[in-house]
Amino acid sequence: MTIPEIEAEIVSEFSLFDDWMDKYNYLIDLGKSLPVIDPKYKTDQYLISGCQSQVWLFAEYREGKAFYSADSDAIITKGIVNLLIRVLSDQSPGDIINADLSFIDHIGLREHLSPTRSNGLNSMIKQMKLYAVVFQTKYQ
Amino acid sequence: MAIDGNKWQSKVRSDFPILSTKVYNKPLVYFDNAATTQKPKQVIRAITDYYEKENCNIHRGVHFLSVKATEAYEDARCAIRDFIHAKHAHEIIFTRGTTEAVNLVADSFGKKFIAEGDEVITSVMEHHSNFVPWQQMCLERKATLRFIPLLEDCSLDIPAFRELITEKTRLVAITHISNVLGTINPVKEIIALAHLSNIPVLIDGAQGVAHMTVDVQDLDPDFYCFSGHKMYAPMGIGVLYGKEKWLEEMPPYQMGGEMIKDVFFTHTTFNELPFKFEAGTPNVEGVLGLHAAIRYIHETGMDQIEVYEKELLDYATQRLLGIEGLKIYGTSPHKASLISFLLHNVHPYDAGMIIDKMGVAVRTGHHCAMPLMEYLKIPGTIRASFAFYNTKEEIDRLVEAVEKAKEMLS
Repeated sequence: MTIPEIEAEIVSEFSLFDDWMDKYNYLIDLGKSLPVIDPKYKTDQYLISGCQSQVWLFAEYREGKAFYSADSDAIITKGIVNLLIRVLSDQSPGDIINADLSFIDHIGLREHLSPTRSNGLNSMIKQMKLYAVVFQTKYQ
Repeated sequence: MAIDGNKWQSKVRSDFPILSTKVYNKPLVYFDNAATTQKPKQVIRAITDYYEKENCNIHRGVHFLSVKATEAYEDARCAIRDFIHAKHAHEIIFTRGTTEAVNLVADSFGKKFIAEGDEVITSVMEHHSNFVPWQQMCLERKATLRFIPLLEDCSLDIPAFRELITEKTRLVAITHISNVLGTINPVKEIIALAHLSNIPVLIDGAQGVAHMTVDVQDLDPDFYCFSGHKMYAPMGIGVLYGKEKWLEEMPPYQMGGEMIKDVFFTHTTFNELPFKFEAGTPNVEGVLGLHAAIRYIHETGMDQIEVYEKELLDYATQRLLGIEGLKIYGTSPHKASLISFLLHNVHPYDAGMIIDKMGVAVRTGHHCAMPLMEYLKIPGTIRASFAFYNTKEEIDRLVEAVEKAKEMLS
């Protein structure tokens, strides 16, 4: 699936929720189901420090595509991280760099990306794209 | 003295227009008062009145408006002198807030009195604003910063403080009330102990002045700093109280404007106190707003405020402790009206998100006290801080929101 297709799929999933509680329960479930990052990457080197919650992000390049794994100490942050990985992982660096990630607006989670939230998500998206830039320059 | 809750609420709540706001279609519960308090309409009106009727630059003009605004500005200084029971109006220096007041002392006192090898004492519970200025000043001057540790209930370890005082100690800088733990520190005792060795003491009163009567002649600090916006006044205005003898000896902090006496091509002479420390055009609207806030506090009655906020604290403590797995950080018997807590195995950021969605404004995170979080080995806390316009019904809403967060997250 392409990035826009996955984004559309997520938007349609979220359209089923009636209220914020359903949406957050879903994010919490997503947070719990995120595959745990290999502990060797849960170090300061891979840490994206937010003011309130922290995210660890690791990326690798295989056969023309970037793969991400990540973790967070806060479960709701982790749920959103899970969505970002679902959208961007297993995609080509070029597509990752150009992804506009407008699904975040459509599912009403824009507030989580405002700088005042300081949860590291904004920096995480930047970091994911930065990895893609590096992979593109290095391997393509 | 018990307070008739209903009568009290109907009197004070209508003074704060923002309290009738709705968030997420629910009436707002505002429990972030330690970050900033809301403003009564009397304060808002003082600011608009100033711009509608009196606005002009002060001190230098001879025209009618300038004289009027200057008088209002200097009247406010006298009101603040009386509010904290200072001896002289010229011991009241207007700053942008507590942070600038502490920075002023760290910079100016540091330049004059701190040399290589000297020591400054602070505590592990300080807000960054009463921590980083000392840390940086000490690094710059090759001095050492020492920290008072905490006891089990998160109050200061006073015997340890005695041990820290040496012949190298040049200053003690301590918060009156911890913005994270609510602990009311025994500042009078700390000041007396330091003064035994002739060491001056700075008190960070940011969380103090809005919740209790402060008498600087009784407590006897050498410096006392506070912010307007945490005591129902506007943002961007604060106060440094300093004893005349120190302020006279300390060099100016910023240059230009009101702090100048005469300027020559080769040198400048500086104005007398308090103007020596008030460079640039002052924040007149802020000062007048602060004066209005002090009038409002007087009319409401600080004694009444203290009693009612204690009632809120006791009620909230008892209700929150009823939630299984909830731990309160800061259990000193001397506590201001704020509660920091964590739910077992729940990250404070997650809990804060859910509590917010329930229409309750609390603060989560490290509360600008990262050294304290490191000391307590926690990522942050959830903090509910109360003001006299809050109600027990609102505390019930908080408890309901915390229970919802617990249900969803654990």
